[in-house]
Amino acid sequence: MPARPAASRSASPAVPAVMAAGDLGQLFSALTTRGYQVIGPTVRDGAVVYDAVDGPDALAAGWGDEQAPGSYRLVRRRDGAIFGHRSGPTGWKRFFWPPELRLWQARRMEDGFRVEAEPAADPPRRALLGVRPCQLHGLLRLDRVVAGGPYPDPRYRAARERAFIVAVNCTEAGGTCFCASMGTGPAATAGYDLALTELVTDGAHRFLVEAGSEAGRAVLSGVPHRQAEKDEVAAARVLLQKAAEAMGRRLDAGGVKELLYEKFEADHWDRVAERCLACANCTSVCPTCFCTTVTDATDLAGGRAERRRRWDSCFSVDFSYIHGGPVRASVKSRYRQWLTHKLATWHDQFGTSGCVGCGQCITWCPVGIDLTAEVRALRAGGERGNGV
Amino acid sequence: MKRSKPRLAVFKFASCDGCQLTLLDCEDELLAVAGQVDIAYFPEASRAMAPGPYDLALVEGSITTPHDAERILQVRRRARVLVTIGACATAGGIQALRNFADVAEYARAVYPRPEYLETLAWSTPVSSHVPVDLELRGCPIDKGQLLEVISAYLAGRRPNLRRTSVCTECKARGTTCLLVAGGVPCLGPVTQAGCGALCPSYDRGCYGCFGPAESPNPPALAGRLAELGRGPDEVERLFRTFNAWAEAFRGGGRPA
Repeated sequence: MPARPAASRSASPAVPAVMAAGDLGQLFSALTTRGYQVIGPTVRDGAVVYDAVDGPDALAAGWGDEQAPGSYRLVRRRDGAIFGHRSGPTGWKRFFWPPELRLWQARRMEDGFRVEAEPAADPPRRALLGVRPCQLHGLLRLDRVVAGGPYPDPRYRAARERAFIVAVNCTEAGGTCFCASMGTGPAATAGYDLALTELVTDGAHRFLVEAGSEAGRAVLSGVPHRQAEKDEVAAARVLLQKAAEAMGRRLDAGGVKELLYEKFEADHWDRVAERCLACANCTSVCPTCFCTTVTDATDLAGGRAERRRRWDSCFSVDFSYIHGGPVRASVKSRYRQWLTHKLATWHDQFGTSGCVGCGQCITWCPVGIDLTAEVRALRAGGERGNGV
Repeated sequence: MKRSKPRLAVFKFASCDGCQLTLLDCEDELLAVAGQVDIAYFPEASRAMAPGPYDLALVEGSITTPHDAERILQVRRRARVLVTIGACATAGGIQALRNFADVAEYARAVYPRPEYLETLAWSTPVSSHVPVDLELRGCPIDKGQLLEVISAYLAGRRPNLRRTSVCTECKARGTTCLLVAGGVPCLGPVTQAGCGALCPSYDRGCYGCFGPAESPNPPALAGRLAELGRGPDEVERLFRTFNAWAEAFRGGGRPA
């Protein structure tokens, strides 16, 4: 994020702190007294979604999830872990890069029209509680795209600058997770104000807490905590190591950019297109997909006009429409565009991969298309991918 | 000098009237509509039946009788811009289920004197009979989309009507996917947006009432539903409702 350099957010104190799980309410108080609205994981409609939460009771405590290609189920956990679930369908992108936004409106005047700018950007101060490391990397990559160039989006940037991020490291991997392959998890390394690692061992329920910014240290100072014991730090390290080894998916990221450029004409794209619904669920849940469309509208009386920006997707035909027709008319070309941008051209454009290994595109694809399997199939010479 | 107001007409063919009621349902905006257009012909709402030609004709219903087939030609001749509204007019409607069966047999089952009945063997969309300038989908159509079409017509611009899947609307409003999180049969991934993902927001799978999205893949969705344990008959019935005769849905989930 240009506003607050990542470096100032990554310097962790040598010894982490420990906070009792029962003191999570104090963390809420510390955040709300600083004017933050807390957004966290909560259960709604059979999934863990991110929404405004009043306090620890509103969190999805005691819930876990089982994720597989095209399948998501909430499950009860026996251990009472508060953050015992993985990334969910809503993601964090929408809080900064909303699905729909009015950019400006105009009123017809005697001598033409007058543009009425939207009210000055004054987004709420949000504290995001429970940001998974993969999702955090997603935000950092979105920062680069939306706010990093010569024309940063002012509203995105303002909302991001005001945000406080409490990351939660993943002590368990989900069925569609592959952050270990993408180098984005399971532990947060940058971009957070506080990072928690939940420890539910020895009958004690606590969080290892690392501050990644001055704002994080200030909030932590208002929450009961003590220095972590060596064995607590070690226990967290073991859990994170185990999570890294238990990823439900794996993507061999080595040379994947060259692979995709090489496989531009592979037959395998036709086989993916047979299964692909082109429904855009994958791009909607992807934490880095940023494409939008802009539409102008007028009212009935012709006195007002407005311009709106909405999420769009490379899977939509109209998205690539230029004079004469769409550039990517076939589903094959659209899936190829998505995967190739995500894993290959993103490197050329923005210097990183566009994929953070969260696996949400795999989980929320209604037919369970798994990009890790597709890459594997392309590597194997265009053989059929997952059998889903 | 103020131009005279464009003349609006609303015509009905085989349909339930729900789509033209959407125009009356505009309530707050109805006066604004009446202020901008001259409602010249709208039997459902007014006794005034001014003759054509009309600038903008909204046509509801499918063509199911020889008389309809004649009348739609006259409507077309009297309309500068013809917009079909709703699943009946754009795809043949629920009554297009007759297209998969024997209409004479149906008539015998329903009417005591079927010989009095003069009907076609097929229920077809208006576009099968005359050129159509714009199709507005839905069963019924969406009020916001109808107002957008009228506003766009008045401004001389192209209306903003998305052709993406209903999934894009579920994701925009933050509705959890019923198909993925609950195994609920849902036509959202192959159905055109426009309703605001209404049914899924009430925990019901999409019925596909807005018809096929811009590039639907029903066989892939049907395959997934089969994996989830839905039998071929159930999958076929899912596709064969309001837009049964829409080309992409016609095969009942099999390639059209």
